[in-house]
Amino acid sequence: MGNEEAVFFSRVLTELTLSFHIIYATIGVGIPLMIMIAQWVGIKKNDEHYILLARRWARGFVITVAVGVVTGTAIGLQLSLLWPNFMELAGNVIALPLFMETFAFFFEAIFLGIYLYTWDRFENQKKHLLLLIPVAVGASFSAVFITIVNAFMNAPQGFDLVDGELININPLLAMFNPAMPTKVAHVVVTAYMTAAFVLASIAAYRLLRGSNHVYHKKALFLTMKLGLIFSIATAIIGDFSGKYLAEYQPEKLAAAEWHFETEENASLVMYGVLDDGEVKYAIKIPYALSILAHGDPFSEVKGLDQVPDDEEPPLYIHYLFDMMVTIGMWLAFLSAVYVFAVWRKWSIVQTKWFRWLLVASGPLAVLAIEFGWWLAEVGRQPWILRKIMRVEDAATTSGQVDLMLVLFAGLYLILGVGSVVILRRMFKKNPVEQEIEDRRKEKGGDFV
Amino acid sequence: MTLEIVGLSVLWIFLFGYLIIGSIDFGAGFFNAYNTLTRRDHILTNIIERYLSPVWEVTNVFLVFFFVGIIGFFPKTAFYYGTTLLVPASIAIILLAIRGSYYAFAMYGSYGHKGYTFMYGLSGLFIPASLSIVLTISEGGFISMVNDHPVLDYWKLFTSPLTWSIVVLSIAALLYISAVFLTWYANKAGDQSATELLRKYSLIWALPTIITAGGIIFELRGHNPEHYARILDLWWVFGISFLMFVGTVWLILKRKNYGLAFGLLTGQFALAFFGYGISHYPYLLYPYLTIYDSFTNEAMAIALIVAFIAGLGLLLPSLYLLLRLFLFNKDYVRGNKDNHA
Repeated sequence: MGNEEAVFFSRVLTELTLSFHIIYATIGVGIPLMIMIAQWVGIKKNDEHYILLARRWARGFVITVAVGVVTGTAIGLQLSLLWPNFMELAGNVIALPLFMETFAFFFEAIFLGIYLYTWDRFENQKKHLLLLIPVAVGASFSAVFITIVNAFMNAPQGFDLVDGELININPLLAMFNPAMPTKVAHVVVTAYMTAAFVLASIAAYRLLRGSNHVYHKKALFLTMKLGLIFSIATAIIGDFSGKYLAEYQPEKLAAAEWHFETEENASLVMYGVLDDGEVKYAIKIPYALSILAHGDPFSEVKGLDQVPDDEEPPLYIHYLFDMMVTIGMWLAFLSAVYVFAVWRKWSIVQTKWFRWLLVASGPLAVLAIEFGWWLAEVGRQPWILRKIMRVEDAATTSGQVDLMLVLFAGLYLILGVGSVVILRRMFKKNPVEQEIEDRRKEKGGDFV
Repeated sequence: MTLEIVGLSVLWIFLFGYLIIGSIDFGAGFFNAYNTLTRRDHILTNIIERYLSPVWEVTNVFLVFFFVGIIGFFPKTAFYYGTTLLVPASIAIILLAIRGSYYAFAMYGSYGHKGYTFMYGLSGLFIPASLSIVLTISEGGFISMVNDHPVLDYWKLFTSPLTWSIVVLSIAALLYISAVFLTWYANKAGDQSATELLRKYSLIWALPTIITAGGIIFELRGHNPEHYARILDLWWVFGISFLMFVGTVWLILKRKNYGLAFGLLTGQFALAFFGYGISHYPYLLYPYLTIYDSFTNEAMAIALIVAFIAGLGLLLPSLYLLLRLFLFNKDYVRGNKDNHA
């Protein structure tokens, strides 16, 4: 296998691993917070339904965490196995957040084990709630630290490069790079948002499938409220991300927006197709790109004409950008309508078609996460370390990457199918009506 | 003490942690599978599940900690080991993934499909085997530089008696460590039949462990004389380690004080492991890579050590809490309370 093929297969394998991992990782970051909120609401309202909600979510969460942990281990090792030259160089500058990520993960793992195995051990539910705080904090902080590493790849700083040698290294400066605030905030908030919509999907699905229990209605209302809050936060942070790109990484924004010529009063291109370098069927919103980039409709936005040809990111990222933003906007709208309708007691929320829209919200949110990551990663091409190291110089020289790609694809297939089958079976065998009944027998009456 | 040594000691301690708790985990899986196969699973399953359930995820972190840490402290290891270990490390990851996820699937999803239990047990033996190849490679002689890139000679690796001795040692030692720990744990749980069975396993696996360990030192004489000479300089470390081994076996034979037996076993492996590590000094990969020429810059090293100390401040109390609640909690160990979500 030539080096070119090794680079190609390394890219495919990394993309495959990450695309699979982020589904479980995103859920893994978001769900502990949802469990914590449900537990807290349950204690505050003295409503056993919310406590049960937390308990059932926690049980499903274990399965997703398991897959998240093992695929996370895979990508952690693959970084060194597939990109040894990159890790050798970047390790000097960025090892600190990688190292801290394992601490956050460690912290989460310990308390998750305790939390899962101490149900009913504490008389006081508040003590049990306390155990969830380190789980949620650990989960969010692993996302924070690992996103810092990714932010560094987009905006490397904290060192001087003199004749290929790294000197004057400052680990903290490397961590707090310009890409870090928007990236970290966007990743964490979208994870919360996705988790909320995924859980809402489940509740909506149960309501559609005949269970009209008040438990599911409470679950749906709670998760949709959270979904609304986090999708609004996502939109705001997304706007900051656009401004960051315009300032520090204009080539990514220009490629995502098909903004070819540097100009003032730039209009935003939505949808459309690219045909021989010509944009067709697109909706153009005047001044919107200038507003997105600099908060000023008359400002100048850098176009692809200012980027050397061999440093231009692929133009298909425009489609990814469109889909990500469209889904984000749709989910914010949908959750707003739902919350408003429940508040005004409109009957629309009871209709079948509306509930199907709610069922779709979870999978859509996960898709948006994938599109967003592909956009962010492909938009950085051809660099692995922007303006410092190109992807083809970072990959391994080993000849067996294609074989490993096949092995890992098989693994992810097993894990993906396995986790879905197990989760379905777990909740089918023990529906909430059954569990409430069991709990009532155990506790003697104080259960609705 | 230089920063290099501090960094390496930190990593070596974590690797040792993984060696012990990983062994318990892998061995438990194997014994469970073996007993399922011979239809004696009712004796061991409860004990094993009760121990493993709250800690399986923590076990994994020790490994992640080690490989993230070694890249952090010694970035050049990514270049040498990353390039050459693609195949063995990928196989280890896949086995770990199947194992870890299966455990959660089985515990929460549906109980005991026999084929899975069997795979779970076997994969546990292959993981240490595929990971221990790193130790063989580090002795030198298997990697050559072609066009400035390290290339691993698989044929030479797989025909070397040293490779196979280390593989056999890793398997024997993990079964031995696991059996001794579980004997103690089962005894605490007051489970007589499990204790007796595990005690038998401890005694069976003690001998191959000590024989292969001795054999490897002998093989190094031909393979890496420099390393062998350094091991001889440290003969007393290995001597004390051997005495501790004798102590463990004696206590188990006499059915006395299993807690102390496990303590001695930890001491035995700690001394042997650190003796081996110190005698390997200063090489990370003989003869290409020493800890000095691969060490990261000073600023990063200090930052990592500070992060490490702060992290420990957080971890040690949490680990203590975990042990208090599960390992040293009578009600939990005896299965009077299960309480899982």
